[in-house]
Amino acid sequence: MSAVFKTTEVQSTKGTGAPLVQAHDLAKTFDVSPPWLNRVLERKPRLLLKAVDGVSFEIEKGKTLALVGESGCGKSTVARLLVGLYEPTRGGLNFDGQDAHAVFKTPAGRQLRSRIQMIFQDPYASLNPRWTIENIIAEPLREHGILEGAAALRERVGDLLKSVGLSPLDMPKYPHQFSGGQRQRISIARALATEPEFLVCDEPTSALDVSVQAQVLNIMKDLQRTRGLTYLFISHNLAVVRHVSDQVGVMYLGRLVELADKHILFDRPRHPYTRMLLDAIPKMHDTGRARTPVSGEVPNPLNPPGGCTFHPRCPHANERCRSERPQFLQIQGVRVACHAVEEGRI
Amino acid sequence: MSLLQIKNLVVEFPGRRGTLRALDDISFDIAPGEILGVVGESGAGKSLTGAAIIGLLEPPGRVAGGQILLEGERIDNLPHARMRHIRGRKIGAIFQDPLTSLNPLYTIGRQLVETIQAHLPVTVQEARMRAIELLNDTGIPAAAQRIDHYPHQFSGGMRQRVVIALALAAEPKLIVADEPTTALDVSIQAQIITLLKNICKQRGAAVMLITHDMGVIAETCDRVAVMYAGRIAEIGPVHQVINHPSHPYTAGLMAAIPDITAERERLYQIDGAMPRLNAIPQGCAFNPRCPKAFDRCRQDRPELMQAGVTRAACWLHDANAGVVA
Repeated sequence: MSAVFKTTEVQSTKGTGAPLVQAHDLAKTFDVSPPWLNRVLERKPRLLLKAVDGVSFEIEKGKTLALVGESGCGKSTVARLLVGLYEPTRGGLNFDGQDAHAVFKTPAGRQLRSRIQMIFQDPYASLNPRWTIENIIAEPLREHGILEGAAALRERVGDLLKSVGLSPLDMPKYPHQFSGGQRQRISIARALATEPEFLVCDEPTSALDVSVQAQVLNIMKDLQRTRGLTYLFISHNLAVVRHVSDQVGVMYLGRLVELADKHILFDRPRHPYTRMLLDAIPKMHDTGRARTPVSGEVPNPLNPPGGCTFHPRCPHANERCRSERPQFLQIQGVRVACHAVEEGRI
Repeated sequence: MSLLQIKNLVVEFPGRRGTLRALDDISFDIAPGEILGVVGESGAGKSLTGAAIIGLLEPPGRVAGGQILLEGERIDNLPHARMRHIRGRKIGAIFQDPLTSLNPLYTIGRQLVETIQAHLPVTVQEARMRAIELLNDTGIPAAAQRIDHYPHQFSGGMRQRVVIALALAAEPKLIVADEPTTALDVSIQAQIITLLKNICKQRGAAVMLITHDMGVIAETCDRVAVMYAGRIAEIGPVHQVINHPSHPYTAGLMAAIPDITAERERLYQIDGAMPRLNAIPQGCAFNPRCPKAFDRCRQDRPELMQAGVTRAACWLHDANAGVVA
């Protein structure tokens, strides 16, 4: 037990600059082919869905990287790759200097998994309705053999509940006795139980009302400050992303199209897709403003367009965009995959 | 004259452990061609208000008091057959999930033709022409071919366009849109909101837009009603309510929303949660969470009163008491 708490102190010293999390060329392909017999009889081809297609980023210790994008762009798949729920098809994840997916397969993988935890979107589906809150939060402690003995467990669960603004008296209750926001705080307490360094949060506030969302976001920021946590924060809500993140990555059809410091990205978005996303957000204090919505929809990921996958919706697309896939390049302090930006056309 | 008038509407759910009052004494009007936004958190009663207007309250829920008037005529006590005629003809509805609003077994053309023929005396051929026109107007490319497709062949945004076409099929005077863009991505949401706004303006239809997204309200509506615990907390012109809220709940709600144009270290948070229907506090329902609550708030329930250009249900604005916020 004391060992666990000691590592916490080490974590709370702020980042040395070396990235804690490093994803390089991360890719995941799903086989969505028809069954073998149909393929033989009806001569249907194999179908491969490239959910994530070569994503690279780093996150420094104590910082937050946010991934944004529309549904189906692969952001949740990235989250699942990072916590080891999926095996990458290509590329890998470097966590604190080790190849995480290789370590996951060894006995030491358990220990590594306890350092990476996840918070899910739906607080109604992610808590077992038949377990008490005490059991739910104590499970990772028991599972990873971090604490033993009922009294010690209870004390620790009580502390965890307090850290997310709930009371130790809530321990014997069941999930249905809590509101959505409280449940999401229970999920956070459970994720914190193993004293992780890295938290992967997949749309943690999307299912919550705004006033409750503010409570949960404030708690997450406080916890980051006091425990030196590193976050990967996935959201489709750019306003929330602006509030929580240090760096922002914009995804489109399985790839990063732009990755930049938050201030740079919001002040001067480079990629046409990022501009479009920022433009599409209703501005609150600008009542009655008519906006020019961008036409078109996300194409079918099974059959993505050639060249730059954004070209059918892009106002700046030219011949090169239709035929050649843009590289993810460092251009003036941001990383962006766009021919037009590279050539200085926009 | 108002198109729709809601007078002291009460909706109750009788249950074994007593009756729950989900909407408690709600009154508001919608003028012809106006877009009224209704916002609030889950459980505030905004969807229920919409359901009561279109006569689709889930039993055992029932209108226990008050009146709903459409063009001066009461519609809350009509027999089912009459109400069916009004629904679609005079009031169109758009729901959150476009997939469940459409029948997966019929082509969208058949569904449109059926709706048009149910309300207007036209032949199948005429109805089909009209359906294609509607699909064109809602921005569906190649409408003449797409009309024979099934709902699953459309994307989410396209399906919502079909649902809007369905709602507009019989040229209703009022559209009740319950979270029409919540299931959609931001870029598609922008398209749908713009479409809804323009198409209703062209046809002179009024819209009651129910949503929890203040941004959508800000850019679409003329007036907005903020609901809390089954009552209207504040109602007024959208610009006024958003930029200069009169009710402490509205103010808290606005401050809690992360702003895309500015940065704040911490978000303002309203502590606690909305009360459950069986435990609504005495006095103002918001008083336990209100930073400005005083004794009177804990005893007497405030009704909507004039607060500048808006009306708010808050004792801070009681002209007789001489306390001005």
